[in-house]
Amino acid sequence: MTEKKLAIIATKGTLDWAYPPFILASTASALGYETEIFFTFYGLQLLKKELNLQVSSLGNPGMPMPMTVPVILQALPGMQSMMTMMMKQKMKSKGVASVEELRELCVEAEVRLVACQMTVDLFEFDTKDFIDGIEYGGAATFFEFAGQSDICMYI
Amino acid sequence: MADFDRELDASGLNCPLPILRAKKTLADMESGQILHIIATDPGSVKDFEAFAKQTGNELMSSGEEGGKFSFMMKKS
Repeated sequence: MTEKKLAIIATKGTLDWAYPPFILASTASALGYETEIFFTFYGLQLLKKELNLQVSSLGNPGMPMPMTVPVILQALPGMQSMMTMMMKQKMKSKGVASVEELRELCVEAEVRLVACQMTVDLFEFDTKDFIDGIEYGGAATFFEFAGQSDICMYI
Repeated sequence: MADFDRELDASGLNCPLPILRAKKTLADMESGQILHIIATDPGSVKDFEAFAKQTGNELMSSGEEGGKFSFMMKKS
């Protein structure tokens, strides 16, 4: 069986959107796929050693809420951290893995993690703040792998 | 008790953890050995079928009793 390939571009840096790339990459690896995730723009937050990912209901009317909260109140200070805390508690109670755990499983499974050099420079991120073992590259680096992939997705 | 070589209790874990734990456990096993998996995630029923199809490990049985799902998987 020749190894299939999965290429993912991760562009979002919120707690909720951290899940799809790491869930799909770790599962693909378990199924025998060779997998690469290319992190660009806000997706770079998912590579930080200390993850401080938040979730917000602002601009996201699809987010299920335990009670109706007017949008203007959702913008109050402290609401974002409260929602993040509630989301984390909910996930824990349902046996959903933490982002840290899923990322670690990806690293163990030798998923290639590539940080977009241009956006690292743009945001003046310090590479010391990123986890070890990642690579840095640009669009051409991405296409080197994505061009041979069986599945390619943008998240 | 049915015959198996290893047992994995993935109760309380949600997608994709049961599959990932199973994959990890199978990696330490010999070809032909049987892994018994227990899970509570209802999605794991379809997922273990799909995992078996794609990895070549044989799903010998799949069942439910008392809200727990039980799978027997033979390593390819």
